[in-house]
Amino acid sequence: MAWLVVRLAISVSLLYAASAVFEDQVGKFDWRQQFIGKVRFALFDTHSQASKKLLVATDKNVFASLNSRTGDLFWRHVDKTGPEGHIDALLMYGQDAVVVVGNGRLLRSWETTVGGLKWETVLDTGSFQAAALVGVQDLVKYVAVLKKSAISLHDLSSGSQIWGENLPDSDSVQYQTIYSGENGLVFVLGIVPNSHIVIVEYKIEDGEIMNKKSVEAAWMSSLESSCAVVSSGILLCVDQITQSLYTLPLQSAEQTEMRQIHLQMLDLEVASGFRPVLTSTQPNPAQPPLSEFFLQLSPDHHILLQFKDGLIALLRDFSPSYLAAFATSGERTVAAVMSPKNDTACSINLFSADTGRKHLDTTIIYHMDPNGGKPNRLYVHAFLKKDDSVGYRVMVQTEDLTLTFLQQPGRVVWMREEALADVVTMEMVDLPFTGTQAELEGEFGKKAAIQDGLLPMVLKRLSSQFILLQAWLAHLWKLFYDARKPRSSVKHEVTIDILSRDEFNLQKMMLMVTASGKLFGIDSKSGTILWKQYLENIQPNSVFKLIVQRTTAHFPHPPQCTLLIKNKDTGLGSLYVFNPIFGKKSQISVPTLPRPVLQTLLLPVIDQDYAKVLLLIDDQYKVTAFPSTKNVLQQLQDTASSIFFYLVDSSQGKLSGFRLRKDLSTELIWEVVIPTEVQKIVAVKGKRANEHVHSQGRVMGDRSVLYKYLNPNLLAVITESTDTHQERSFVGIFLIDGVTGRIVHEAVQRKARGPVHFVHSENWVVYVYWNSKFRRNEFSVLELFEGAELYNSTVFSSLDRPHAPQVLQQSYIFPAPINTLEATLTEKGITSRHLLVGLPSGNILSLPKMFLDPRRPELVSEQSREENLIPYAPEMPIREEWFINYNQTVSRVRGIYTAPSGLESTCLVVAYGLDIYQTRVFPSKQFDVLKDDYDYILISSVLFGLFFATMISKRLAEVKLLNRAWR
Amino acid sequence: MIVNDFVCQSGDAVDTDFSGFSVPLEHSFEVDDVPRFRLRGALQLRGGRENSVYLSQNQLSEKDRSTLKDVAAVDGLYRIRVPRVSLQVDRQTERQSEGYLTTFVRACSLVESHLSDVITLHTDVSGYIIGISIVTIPGSCRGIEVEDEVDLEVFNSTISVVAPVTAPAPETAPYIERMEQEMEKKGKNPQEQKSFFAKYWMYIVPLVLFLMMSGAQDQSGGGAGGGAANGGGR
Repeated sequence: MAWLVVRLAISVSLLYAASAVFEDQVGKFDWRQQFIGKVRFALFDTHSQASKKLLVATDKNVFASLNSRTGDLFWRHVDKTGPEGHIDALLMYGQDAVVVVGNGRLLRSWETTVGGLKWETVLDTGSFQAAALVGVQDLVKYVAVLKKSAISLHDLSSGSQIWGENLPDSDSVQYQTIYSGENGLVFVLGIVPNSHIVIVEYKIEDGEIMNKKSVEAAWMSSLESSCAVVSSGILLCVDQITQSLYTLPLQSAEQTEMRQIHLQMLDLEVASGFRPVLTSTQPNPAQPPLSEFFLQLSPDHHILLQFKDGLIALLRDFSPSYLAAFATSGERTVAAVMSPKNDTACSINLFSADTGRKHLDTTIIYHMDPNGGKPNRLYVHAFLKKDDSVGYRVMVQTEDLTLTFLQQPGRVVWMREEALADVVTMEMVDLPFTGTQAELEGEFGKKAAIQDGLLPMVLKRLSSQFILLQAWLAHLWKLFYDARKPRSSVKHEVTIDILSRDEFNLQKMMLMVTASGKLFGIDSKSGTILWKQYLENIQPNSVFKLIVQRTTAHFPHPPQCTLLIKNKDTGLGSLYVFNPIFGKKSQISVPTLPRPVLQTLLLPVIDQDYAKVLLLIDDQYKVTAFPSTKNVLQQLQDTASSIFFYLVDSSQGKLSGFRLRKDLSTELIWEVVIPTEVQKIVAVKGKRANEHVHSQGRVMGDRSVLYKYLNPNLLAVITESTDTHQERSFVGIFLIDGVTGRIVHEAVQRKARGPVHFVHSENWVVYVYWNSKFRRNEFSVLELFEGAELYNSTVFSSLDRPHAPQVLQQSYIFPAPINTLEATLTEKGITSRHLLVGLPSGNILSLPKMFLDPRRPELVSEQSREENLIPYAPEMPIREEWFINYNQTVSRVRGIYTAPSGLESTCLVVAYGLDIYQTRVFPSKQFDVLKDDYDYILISSVLFGLFFATMISKRLAEVKLLNRAWR
Repeated sequence: MIVNDFVCQSGDAVDTDFSGFSVPLEHSFEVDDVPRFRLRGALQLRGGRENSVYLSQNQLSEKDRSTLKDVAAVDGLYRIRVPRVSLQVDRQTERQSEGYLTTFVRACSLVESHLSDVITLHTDVSGYIIGISIVTIPGSCRGIEVEDEVDLEVFNSTISVVAPVTAPAPETAPYIERMEQEMEKKGKNPQEQKSFFAKYWMYIVPLVLFLMMSGAQDQSGGGAGGGAANGGGR
């Protein structure tokens, strides 16, 4: 019977916690955007005229097919992160795309229409150098892969290896490129830097070495960057020091030296300090490359040249020109060149490759985004029009990873913001009030109102009421107008001007900071990008910290956000202050930070303009305040003795606490040193500042209260052992008071290993680790309680809490690996908490905190049932209804951000990784909202019915009474 | 500063009573709040399975008492520190590392608690002391004047060493045991084995029949009932 009770209790509790999306709710509160990352290879499918495919391979190890008409994804394959999934080369022939993955580990062929894998071959070990398609008699049949010391030829239709040969003298010669023309030979080109180049000829059929020769080239250090093959097997190289081109026929036996052609003879000169670049094109791998090629002499100077009969002729000089690219459609090859038009726009023109003549009416105007970066890659899709002229579309990639697809005469067909594939940090900011709401706020907000007197106040009130009435009428009119139109034609276009806070504050502004240094302001309801700002000169290894200094609550002061950009190597930082709603840079003067910043601290102290004060601590423990007005400095002096902060030096295992002095210097007040020989600090987390805890304690089964230990200054420090042996490794958990440095609790999880993910909130810490003995992921929860009595119930002070809290802990098995962990957050903290677990599968699991409760009893008792405690079970369930993103998986989820909304039941969730997913969760169901399918008509008709029934029966009763009186 | 008043009295007794060793416990309280550490007492530490600690300390001199009261009056800090050491015997040679571990308490709370403090030394898994904490009982500063100088003469200290606790792993064995017991119990009692339906069929069948009869008469009534059942999931 007890077992039945246990099962019943579990099922009842599950029923209570279960929540899932109904089919008709899909996409109602949530959206997902999928990204690919920075494009490294892009190929248009020129197989057929009607094809819309654009194949891309990116630095995020993503191989995808885009619809070139809309920019949407046809399909996407996300490979492993890191070098294991790195895409080395992308080749395309017909319907097949051949990809080399993982530094030459795998060779794969994909069917491009549906994205199915046709075959996969594991290649021999060796670092990848080059890959090329090899054709025999106008038909491409093979793919050749060049490794550091070997070359192999594979069949294009099955992937089977035709032959593989070791390269001669591979320990001294660096083989770098591969070339195959029409004559049944594969050329492998290698170099001994600053000495000579080596050319080895292989026979396609059996891999027999037909010829091997070496040619003097003392000036050359790299083949790949300075050479190209043009015409029928002519190796062309450029050298910036001698300012000349060198040519060498690959196959000829008689010429044993490279022929030098001075650039001067063509009246050309390489810009000093610029490494010239040669670009050739080989439209069909079974045929030799064209004899025309581009030579780039400076960042904005390209030249189209032609190699003919051993001579080089200048076809056209493009100066200035940013980018140039070849494209082929059918038999015709064209060159597209991007030149600056004015400060904000570039023009792209088409030229025929063989003559250099400009095609008429082919200009595309590309407007550069003033908040974006410069264009750095140009991909051209050429096609034949009905009248046999060449038409084209271009895709431009900019420094800030925007992909823009343009067609004539400059219409932007689509745009993708690939910087969003690498979101580093984000915040959510409330939207401002509408003008009318703000008007009302302003009326009561201004201090001057008191001096205005009675009459102006009345007038002001009347005018604002009138404005409200006007706005309401306009709203009604709009509703009426929209209702008349068919539903499909009503476009819900979101612009920054109409954005305003909704009734329940469910729509917010998402601020996203990306690794490339581009900031985005995104509407949380629709996912529309409202503003973007590219910060130039951001080092690739920068660390960002986004701080909301002033929210939208302080009208008429605009909201203010500060981004601290810190160079990881030097530690030097800079501040970027902006308005989060419009994305405009603020005019406020920003303190310069000459010394590395160690720590930032957002104080609850506000200046006269309602901006919270940000303290920046440098490596000499000096404090810079921002803003640093007189008012702020005065406030800081007054409160200095109660401002504490901590620093963590994980290299020395040192945690230290400081107190602010009146002169903005600091003093060391505590120090904890965890020896680095045994364990190293991997993470330190405090609690979120905007977190509210509604109940101070938990009511126990016997009606007594167990008070929570709610220390806002508590830090959770996680360490990992340096010894990684599976029996001796451990994970350490330290709970340290950030003000006094007191170690509140110290625990060691034996036989455990990282990566550790953890959440620190209210009075609990939940962490996930890898159990190295049982090889499984485990959850552990720590809860802190003061006991049955509160020490000081009015206020919490770290300086006055002499008794150590009671610590309860319990662990569970979690049957899945974990990418990230976060807890839900609501306005007042009444709603029960859930943990949001990002799984590698891309699902986000909403796990009730109820399951992670160290008070879950071994044996069910009357009291535990009274308390609604679930009996302890060592394994944590994963139920598919708990996936908040149903089938909208988030690839490589890296972080989850939660924000409260105006509704207590609702928490806004954004999961980001390669994709971005936004939704709302209701941990305790929507207790404060009527259901979607609430039957208003039934309720109102019943109400009206009852009302009329009462009226009628009243009337009837009156008549009856009257009749009786007459009787 | 005068440190003559602080004489480590039990210095010689250490070697006989304890197989451990002794480290100095220093404190600092200055009106200008610039730390100048002086000896407060000696900590006798003994490693091994049961870490034990014993503190021998002297009385506060009259001068120190007045300084402490002055510091308390300006809400200054009372700081203590110990050197970083290891408790493990086998690490005797490398026991002493560089640097100190410091912590503080408000001087006023120390004065108001009549020098009743609780000092805790925290060690890591290998026995290194990683942190020290001090609290006074009571811990508050209410501004009570401590008139009697005698109250500030002798420290009433409680000192302890705390090693990290081992966090529990998922308890699979007891859980499985419990499950087995449940199964056994069920096996012993055949009455329990009967399914719910087998036990209560005599009640269920008439009920179902009744519902079917009434459902046939009134279709809409059945539909409403179903709707209510769906809503009951909340």
